[in-house]
Amino acid sequence: MGLTDEEYARILELLGREPNETELGMFAVMWSEHCGYKNSRPLLKLFPTQGPRVLQGPGENAGVIDIGDGQAVVFKMESHNHPSAIEPYQGAATGVGGIVRDIFAMGARPIACLDSLRFGDLKERRTAYLFSGVVAGIAGYGNAIGVPTVGGEAFFSPSYQGNPLVNVMCVGLLEGAPAKGAAAGVGNPVLLVGAKTGRDGIHGATFASEELGEDSEERRPAVQVGDPFREKLLIEACLEALKTGYVVGIQDLGAAGITSSAVEMAGRAGTGMELDISRVPRREPGMTPYEVMLSESQERMLLVVEKGREDEVKRIFRRWGLDATTIGRVTQDGVMRVWDGEVLAAEVPVRYLTEEVPTYVREGRVPDYLGPAQSFDWHALPEPADYNEALLKLLSSPNIASHEWIWRQYDHMVQTNTVILPGSDAAVLRVKGTSKGLALTCDGNGRYTYLDPYTGGMIAVAEAARNLAACGAEPLGLTDCLNFGNPEKPEVYWQLKQAIEGMAEACRSLGIPVVSGNVSLYNETDGRPIFPTPVVGMVGLLPDIEKRAQQGFRGPGDLIVLLGSTEDELGGSEYLYALHGLELGRPPRLHLEREARVQEACRAAIREGLLSSAHDLSDGGLVVALAECCLTGPNGPQGARVQVPRGGLRRDSAYFSETQSRILLSLPEENLPRLAAIAERLGVPYSVLGRTGGERLEVDDAISLPLSELQRVWKEGLACHL
Amino acid sequence: MKFGVVVFPGSNCDADCYHAVKNVLGAECDYLWHQDRSVAGYDAIILPGGFSYGDYLRTGAIARFSPIMAAVADFARAGGLVLGICNGFQILLEAGLLPGAMRRNIGLSFRCEFVNVRVENTDTPFTSAYRPGQVLRLPIAHGEGNYYADPETLAALEAGGQVVLRYSEPDGRISEAANPNGSLHNIAALINKEGNVLGMMPHPERASEAILGSEDGRGIFISILRYLERRRGK
Repeated sequence: MGLTDEEYARILELLGREPNETELGMFAVMWSEHCGYKNSRPLLKLFPTQGPRVLQGPGENAGVIDIGDGQAVVFKMESHNHPSAIEPYQGAATGVGGIVRDIFAMGARPIACLDSLRFGDLKERRTAYLFSGVVAGIAGYGNAIGVPTVGGEAFFSPSYQGNPLVNVMCVGLLEGAPAKGAAAGVGNPVLLVGAKTGRDGIHGATFASEELGEDSEERRPAVQVGDPFREKLLIEACLEALKTGYVVGIQDLGAAGITSSAVEMAGRAGTGMELDISRVPRREPGMTPYEVMLSESQERMLLVVEKGREDEVKRIFRRWGLDATTIGRVTQDGVMRVWDGEVLAAEVPVRYLTEEVPTYVREGRVPDYLGPAQSFDWHALPEPADYNEALLKLLSSPNIASHEWIWRQYDHMVQTNTVILPGSDAAVLRVKGTSKGLALTCDGNGRYTYLDPYTGGMIAVAEAARNLAACGAEPLGLTDCLNFGNPEKPEVYWQLKQAIEGMAEACRSLGIPVVSGNVSLYNETDGRPIFPTPVVGMVGLLPDIEKRAQQGFRGPGDLIVLLGSTEDELGGSEYLYALHGLELGRPPRLHLEREARVQEACRAAIREGLLSSAHDLSDGGLVVALAECCLTGPNGPQGARVQVPRGGLRRDSAYFSETQSRILLSLPEENLPRLAAIAERLGVPYSVLGRTGGERLEVDDAISLPLSELQRVWKEGLACHL
Repeated sequence: MKFGVVVFPGSNCDADCYHAVKNVLGAECDYLWHQDRSVAGYDAIILPGGFSYGDYLRTGAIARFSPIMAAVADFARAGGLVLGICNGFQILLEAGLLPGAMRRNIGLSFRCEFVNVRVENTDTPFTSAYRPGQVLRLPIAHGEGNYYADPETLAALEAGGQVVLRYSEPDGRISEAANPNGSLHNIAALINKEGNVLGMMPHPERASEAILGSEDGRGIFISILRYLERRRGK
């Protein structure tokens, strides 16, 4: 069940007796890493979680941040890695369902999803199968519930071959105060609403907290099956029920089903709960209390309702065609008491399942691979003989190529708020009835984090913030998914700790609180850990949505300007991977103070209305960013002619170095003096590279390619594998 | 002028249609519940997009049995304006208010993107605000928009001017490349013989405000409003 001998001994000590089967199952799930954060909790305390706008930090179903006018944005990201590795469609679909429930459990209407995907080499047939299954699952679920999937990222590396990552973020808009996930008010009835309970997904939480191996295929029954139709009804019914004011507490049933929801709700309120699970509506006969308590059947919520008001609440659910059944009541003795009719099936103090979760502060050790990997010197590699070919090769890498194949399968426009569609640095949604906009992005480079966990953690935060700055938004807060290997291995624990420390430093320095998140450890296949991969989901605010930017060149005759400067940093780059198959070297450094100034300069220029476009530089560096700006213009492809200042760098480094804190801008020439004034005021270096126009991308005398060829290669780079 | 937007369980563009009619157009609008048995008092009915009843059997196949659909059919027979968008179009086909059927997109996957459609008939209550041959940029978002009808039906539709929108190139040329789903004759929207029931796969409510990248869809709602005003004036 995933408990160690020591943990079992501790349970005996706490209870003063042997637990029965149901109780033991409850301990196993609540003490799993997935629910109990027993390895990561001490490290997560390093994150700054406060801020003037933060209404709710970590600890509830999702984080909540004030955006003025009595409105708030609610968001969280969650992983569904292991289920997706076994059963891609349902694994990903239920990942969407789960995170969406977390958002409307706070009383917010879900307004957008984003997905961050990591898969192995697409040339492997199984990778292509898993990847298309996951995209279809996200589409199948997200499209049906009417929540637009507006953004995300996808990255491919052999490191994720057997253990892909599927992280989904959901964002909601809240009017008024957030709902609570606490079982308050002794005597209040506890209602189970939504779908019926079946045998699916039993022990999903423990499955999520162990390594994948040869027998993982046998865990297919631990994967749940989703019903987006019911989820859509559940969204509407729950939001309507919350409006009555009679719902005291609400929480979704996710990992560990009724057990975790009931325990966490009682835990937050310091109360107990008495449940009679014989009342739970079942999908199949003969389920044992153990199965009912641990089932992870989807599309269910637990509600605590003001005593005497159950009928009014139940009526709403019935109108939407959903079950709503009173299965228990809140008690004051702090004990979770589970009856199966007349028989007492479990009796455990709530505290034992929450506060008494063992936590482990482990010893970390610098991994052996790190020294040699970091000291790899790419200068020994030859320069490309033909830079046209080098650029085309980069553009055809599935990491850089157009991801339209993915997002075209997602309904990214439903709810009619999407103002900047997928394919730019960040998606932008309007907030109807206001002048505000929300910018959404997710980011995280596992390759950098593998090569330097601390820097990789910092860059994950900084780049997400830069994506937001490039569309004119200021970051409000972030949510994260920490995808790592087995923390019981000292090398993996070290990676985890370093990455968290790096992220925390970047958060403090850039003033971005962490308001929610999720930890996914044990991402290993046959003992090999994945690249340590922190993924950051970030939400930013545009006070005036008319003052925004997108990444593509708008038309001919604009000046092209690079904000920031380029250093000799090809280590860990997409260039080394796409051209040489190497994932080595020291990744780019990050100077947080410089980063903040570059972001501020870009935001200021957008708010003064100076820019035609702005694009964050990331994988592939400057010349890849130029090509992307050419190909993603809102008015169709747009050519450009530029001179790249070399500053003593080798040409490949000047073109493809992934130096951080750079943003590529285009603007009418008459706006240059005002941009220069902003850059000088903030001490940000900039250089004028050239001009937009024509039918080709021309860089120095090294690259000259027709847009049609760039477009063909870039559009097919991902799609040709699927 | 009062619009009614039907809410089936699983509808998910109901609020978008409501917003376009009420807040963008400034017309009166109410939600109608799928279990209602009357649509009395309404001048135009919109069946919105979504996944009614989960669309698990076949798109629109269950929704056509909703109590409100009998009232919508009576309303249509009496000459009332009915606009079915996306899933609403699929429901109209299943209900027999429009001829033909939808198959899965030819590429077998869901497609969400802006497409171009050419206006083939402006002599309808839904398209009078457009110019003949005008090319509109409208979003689609569907997995089953591959329209099918037998050759006789298709010939009758063409002859009767019932094909109202056709997928086209930006310059209005009709090509296979411009067809996102394999729909026969590039059909994107159809009207019934009587000219008061329109089904369309593109989403006009998603293209009714400049900030969303296109205002080309607003003409559909404006046409309806003008038609109703004229009719009332008579």
